[in-house]
Amino acid sequence: MVTVMEPPQTVRPQAPPEALEPAANQTEKLQVMIDVREVDFTYGDNKVLHNISLQMPPRAVTAFIGPSGCGKTTLLRCINRMNDLVDGSRISKGAIHVDGTDINSPGLDVVDLRRRVGMVFQKSNPFPKSIYENIAYGLRVAGIKKRSRIDEAVEKSLRSAALWDEVKDRLETNAYGLSGGQQQRLCIARALAVEPEVVLMDEPCSALDPIATAKIEELIQALKTQYTIVIVTHNMQQAGRVSDFTAFFYLGKLIEFGPTVKIFTNPGEKQTEDYITGRFG
Amino acid sequence: MFWSFRLATYFVLACATYIFLDIAIKGSRTVFTNHAPFINVKFLTEPPQTLYVFDYQGKKMELSDREFRKWQETHKEPVDATSIAYSAGGIWPCIVGTALLVIGSMIVALVIGISAAIYLSEYSRDTHFIRFIRVAILNLAGVPSIVFGLFGFGLFVIFFGWNVSLLAGWFTLGLMILPAIITASEESLRAVPKGLREGSLALGATSWQTIRKNVLPYAVPGILTSSILGIARVAGETAPIMFTAAYAMRDEMPWQVPKWTDFFFQGVMALPYHIYVVSSKIPQNEYTERVQYGTAFVFLIVVMLIALASIVLRERQRRRLSW
Repeated sequence: MVTVMEPPQTVRPQAPPEALEPAANQTEKLQVMIDVREVDFTYGDNKVLHNISLQMPPRAVTAFIGPSGCGKTTLLRCINRMNDLVDGSRISKGAIHVDGTDINSPGLDVVDLRRRVGMVFQKSNPFPKSIYENIAYGLRVAGIKKRSRIDEAVEKSLRSAALWDEVKDRLETNAYGLSGGQQQRLCIARALAVEPEVVLMDEPCSALDPIATAKIEELIQALKTQYTIVIVTHNMQQAGRVSDFTAFFYLGKLIEFGPTVKIFTNPGEKQTEDYITGRFG
Repeated sequence: MFWSFRLATYFVLACATYIFLDIAIKGSRTVFTNHAPFINVKFLTEPPQTLYVFDYQGKKMELSDREFRKWQETHKEPVDATSIAYSAGGIWPCIVGTALLVIGSMIVALVIGISAAIYLSEYSRDTHFIRFIRVAILNLAGVPSIVFGLFGFGLFVIFFGWNVSLLAGWFTLGLMILPAIITASEESLRAVPKGLREGSLALGATSWQTIRKNVLPYAVPGILTSSILGIARVAGETAPIMFTAAYAMRDEMPWQVPKWTDFFFQGVMALPYHIYVVSSKIPQNEYTERVQYGTAFVFLIVVMLIALASIVLRERQRRRLSW
């Protein structure tokens, strides 16, 4: 583990950095896409998130870092309510707003939320269908039947995921024939096809080699001009390279949240510094 | 110790070989002939008839019911004929009846069974009530088939007033194999990777869309595998149909009904029941033995063909959706 991180090249804070301190009371002023407020989360009797509050700005990359089991994936899965699938788990306190809507309000349409908040999983999970059908799936379940419109969306999202040139001649072949990195980019393309506002990525590169990882990181950089991206990663260099903001979690608590440059060069908390310099974790 | 395990295995093999060869050799005497077209077409395409055996002018005559009557028209003198039931003609209605029973009951069992499996594996949470349901399903699997027969007789034949009918047989047989189908379908559904479900839900699919498009298709090969065993059982059971669907003798074919709704409310002949009838309900002699073995042989082949068809279906589905 290196002690000093290479500072990220492309930090574009939407607001003055000091406004992004979670403790600061000026957060109302800046644009907030995902607003997590005082959230507690429990699996049965086991509380795994403690009073988490953070505001993620639109069209920027926010990275969640921290050691295994610190709750970063749990929080990520709260944002599109994937945790609904886990029996006995619930948000016991606080609220999460995406683009101003409380996503846990009783009247909310979860299907619509998941269309707006896409997700890419740790283990790439293409469907055992053709490449074309993989991308078309999200559109088809949304009730879009027009072939021309689907064709267009398939090409557009494959281009956005930088996969078009590699697969354009074999769209009808099974997606399982792609390499691991291509499969993961296909999953990103699939998430983009339904035109979400937010893309959640749960360790998207953990199973990939460095070259495939570099491609996906490049892709994340390109995508943030249009999408709000939240990425969970174990790889701190990766967080440093791709993200604009970084949240450090430890044992279910948010220790520190701020612009990536600040977290990596001048962390406010001793624990953050220890983790980033590789003293534990 | 080693040789005793080995001996036991060989013993099983010997028994199985003996049974199959015995049926195949004795049965093929009835089913095949030594002159063209080498298959006893009559046996496979005619309904059973009574066989008349008598001596006429020093010659031994074996005539079926119809032939005997024709013969009597031309030969006026009385003969002392022995009549043996069901030993002439063929078993065509039994083949058709068994096929209809198998198809219908598999449809009933698959529709109810897959629906229940979807509920148990995809929607239900692990509560005491669901556990109770699982225990109930396991218990159902242990119920003897004759009890299913009596249950079907009481509920479908008498209470619902369906009489002895295809419909009553379908539901009785369907209920009998339901536990096996539910258990196997649930396991096939659970074997579909969780990532496919999550991937689909994360794209804004409803849970029903996810199940229909992204879970069920991949579980179908597994479900079909388990139904192959179900088919063999449905085709083979005598007890559940003897009160609910099977006739010992019926001249009309199932499609010879006055109106289409009658199709469901008619009894049919069936191969296992026919074997039971010709081997225990009528006096035994060399003529009935021919029918018994012939029917048993045809029965084995029919079950094999139906199983083969579902294996082909499964392989096709597998090739289409492999992961």
